[in-house]
Amino acid sequence: MLKLSQEVLEFREGTWNRKIDVRDFVTLNVRPYYGDDSFLAGATERTKELWQICLAAMKEERERNGCRAIDTETISGITSHGPGYINKDLEVIVGLQTNELLKRAMKPFGGFRVVEGAVAEKGQQVTQRVKEIFDYTKDHNNAVFAAYDDEIRSYRSNGILTGLPDNYARGRIIGDYRRLALYGIDRLIELKEEDKRLVDGEMTEHKIRLREEITDQIIALKDIKKMGAMYGLDLARPAQNAREAVQWVYMAYLAAVKEQDGAAMSLGNVSSFLDIYIERDLNEGLITEEEAQEFIDQFVMKLRMVRHLRPEAYDEIFGGDPTWVTEAIGGQFQDGRTKVTKTSFRFLQTLYNLGASPEPNLTVLWSQDLPEGFKKFCAQVSIDTSSIQYENDDLMRLVRGSDDYGIACCVSYQELGKRIQFFGARVNLPKTLLMALNNGREENSGQPLLEGIPSLESDYLDYEEVMSNFKKSMVEVARVYSKTMNIIHYMHDKYYYEKAQLAFVDSDPGIDMAYGIAGISIIADSLSAIKYGKVKAIRNEEGLTVDFKVEGEYPKFGNDDERVDSIARDITKFFSQELAKHKCYKNAFSTLSLLTITSNVMYGKKTGATPDGRKAGEAFAPGANPMHGRDEHGAIASLNSVAKLDYRDAQDGISNTFSIVPKSLGSDREGQMENLVGLLDAYFGLNAHHLNVNVLNRETLMDAYEHPENYPQLTIRVSGYAVNFIRLSKAHQLEVIARTFHERM
Amino acid sequence: MIKDGSLVKQEVAQLNAPDSEQLRVHSIESFGTHDGPGIRMVVFVQGCQFRCLYCANPDTMDVKGGHFLDLDEIVARAVKQKPYFRDKGGVTVSGGEPLLQRAILKKLFDRLHDENINTVLDSNGRVIDQQAKDLLDVTDLLMLDVKHFNNEWHKKLTGLSNVSTFKIAEYRESTGKPMWLRYVLVPGWSDQEEHLHELGRHFKDYKSIERVEILPYHQLGVHKWEALGMEYKLKDVSPPNAETLENAASIFRKYFREVRVN
Repeated sequence: MLKLSQEVLEFREGTWNRKIDVRDFVTLNVRPYYGDDSFLAGATERTKELWQICLAAMKEERERNGCRAIDTETISGITSHGPGYINKDLEVIVGLQTNELLKRAMKPFGGFRVVEGAVAEKGQQVTQRVKEIFDYTKDHNNAVFAAYDDEIRSYRSNGILTGLPDNYARGRIIGDYRRLALYGIDRLIELKEEDKRLVDGEMTEHKIRLREEITDQIIALKDIKKMGAMYGLDLARPAQNAREAVQWVYMAYLAAVKEQDGAAMSLGNVSSFLDIYIERDLNEGLITEEEAQEFIDQFVMKLRMVRHLRPEAYDEIFGGDPTWVTEAIGGQFQDGRTKVTKTSFRFLQTLYNLGASPEPNLTVLWSQDLPEGFKKFCAQVSIDTSSIQYENDDLMRLVRGSDDYGIACCVSYQELGKRIQFFGARVNLPKTLLMALNNGREENSGQPLLEGIPSLESDYLDYEEVMSNFKKSMVEVARVYSKTMNIIHYMHDKYYYEKAQLAFVDSDPGIDMAYGIAGISIIADSLSAIKYGKVKAIRNEEGLTVDFKVEGEYPKFGNDDERVDSIARDITKFFSQELAKHKCYKNAFSTLSLLTITSNVMYGKKTGATPDGRKAGEAFAPGANPMHGRDEHGAIASLNSVAKLDYRDAQDGISNTFSIVPKSLGSDREGQMENLVGLLDAYFGLNAHHLNVNVLNRETLMDAYEHPENYPQLTIRVSGYAVNFIRLSKAHQLEVIARTFHERM
Repeated sequence: MIKDGSLVKQEVAQLNAPDSEQLRVHSIESFGTHDGPGIRMVVFVQGCQFRCLYCANPDTMDVKGGHFLDLDEIVARAVKQKPYFRDKGGVTVSGGEPLLQRAILKKLFDRLHDENINTVLDSNGRVIDQQAKDLLDVTDLLMLDVKHFNNEWHKKLTGLSNVSTFKIAEYRESTGKPMWLRYVLVPGWSDQEEHLHELGRHFKDYKSIERVEILPYHQLGVHKWEALGMEYKLKDVSPPNAETLENAASIFRKYFREVRVN
């Protein structure tokens, strides 16, 4: 047993004193809050002044084509950049990724060429020294392609498999950043050393790898201590008060985003942990509510300033420049108490104090049992800012088992410090269907990708024939998808290991392989059209389908109609089970998401006409949403259809984005809040998994489309996270405007 | 049939077929938040005899339009929405004019009650007979649309008299079951202060009236008139401004405990 500093011992003791167990610490010491939002404080003058500096810097960033500055000389790492400040005198929580606000750093181990390209796109050049380093160094991207086979390459280049993390960092892994505050670096190192000692005996591949990984983690921990010292912080020891707890947690996260540029790098579930320190300091009269809020405001401000260097193609795929700093708020303990604390409120309050924002990606873990005051405040914040999303805490706790989890990326459960996730991007399922209709050929190029798919000769599509071909295609695609993932993650571990993040995770964690599907509603509608209507294939001279003529009415996904909703559910189950048949690298557990992030526009562009009547190039619906405008029976019928998708078949998450005009939620503010709470309770009561909530007028978006300069902070929820509307491409802005808005009056 | 830009008078008796298991429906909205308390499934029935000049749903007037839906299907849909209804919500039947299908609706409301689903009827009170009374008896909340207090203005606005509307109100009061009055405020047509006062005086002692809702006139249905080849006669009438609304509300507040602008 290790000695703890005097200060920490004031907390209620438990297993967390004997080993790393943050959950135990939180469970024993947290003070659930059942009241309303009346205690909350506004932003302090210091915070306001700092935020003005940030707003000005972001304006400059937009004016400079989305990138304010780049450090082209330094390879970013935990200690690569000296201390950086927005304005040192005003900051109570310090730390920037580089020495300058919004200056982007190179993290080239995911793929040097991508970084080189991104720098060149901004009219700059990577310095010779860095270039030379990569003459001698292999990166993740080189390594993956060394192992890819022809089949994977052609699936990739034809867009069957998309968004693969094979040329940049995979992200998704959440370090349990609370550990730094609770234990301090020195103790964490001791425990890692102990873990490493225990990995002995016959040296299997697994053990060798583990010993190397733990060593890397220890190196990272030592570096984090040095990084803290640059800011005058003694991270060797645990945090001793509220401000330090916030600062320590941020330092742990900052190390992660200095070392890695993962597509999504979540924060976890820190609010109620921090509340324990804040409550103690408040009770002892050491701080005021204004100061408590100031810590959180400034912490959140820092999270809003996180940037990665991205190529333009990346921004195009993801619709802007997202970082997915996802923070999960609320939820319940397995013992029946609520995890909601005053600091859960304080995090949401930042959306008022600093204005709406896509980042951090605030995610409310919704339980039927959440305190009413908190439910109501969430609804109010949604109505006012459209900046938060909701996930079903009751469902995730039941199916996945832990009550101490964060949300990785957009919507994915990840137990903190115990499990990690291998990001698997996604399969374009409509393209898979089109291969099934074109005897295994890609619909645009005609390139044969699948063998053994009989060609369909008749003009009218036969449901049984199509299903038989489609299942064969899915079996093949799952096989290729699985081997691709294994290669990617093997190489990522080898060449771009997340040592800073994994330093805050148990040494041999459980792993989820996070596969994904795009386009489930197109699949459901296409198969429904073939089954219940008549669909005529229109083929070109090469026999490739170029269009479909749909005759007669058919049930469409999004109308609570079992005939088609069951198709969506069954296909998800089938594909999920196919994937699970394949062995994963590091014995990861196979999971699946129905999620598109913002890539639904890009997927649409690359996908030919589909049998549901969708034209070539038309956008997909985001996530598991019904297709635009096809949910004709109003919001609830639409929600009910999505709720029927079974979370057990898609444990990586089922994303649904809901847009409603304020007036449609109710005639007055009180009624609007009440109805939104009722809607969330009911939707999640049906075992639905996730809901983005936008409460916006279409006119507002149209105006922002025309006059972006007037809407610097307009935030909207898209599939799984939030974006700054004006930073979306114009095509994407129009797609969002075209989405089903529920606006019956 | 459209004649001189209006739908001609129609025979409506056949709509009310007591043996039918089907309701003539225009559409169903699953997330209704403006037609009764809480979150409601709103069934818009097809067919109406009123020819309100400002009608926002002129496509629901034609008694031969819409489509038939089995009562069981409607109940099944409502049951699927039950989690959203919680303690306040339920099913609202609006229209069109629901009383034209009163015998069928009585069966629907009975079945909804079997499922413990709250029922609201949004009606202009066009018909008063035993079947209408039977339907009102299984209606948890009546939302009675009073188009105008003055019968001459009422005829100008709707083409028909308001006599039965007041009789329905009288019957509702006699049963002691709750009722809301709904009043569409059309500048220049239904905002005359003296008539608002008359309406207030007429109903002020009704114990069944829980709330009066003012519905501000809007032009969101104009495109439907054009699509149907019908003439929209209130093109030049603007929606009421805040002052007009507040004025009407303050008059009603002299007579009623709860007055809201919806």
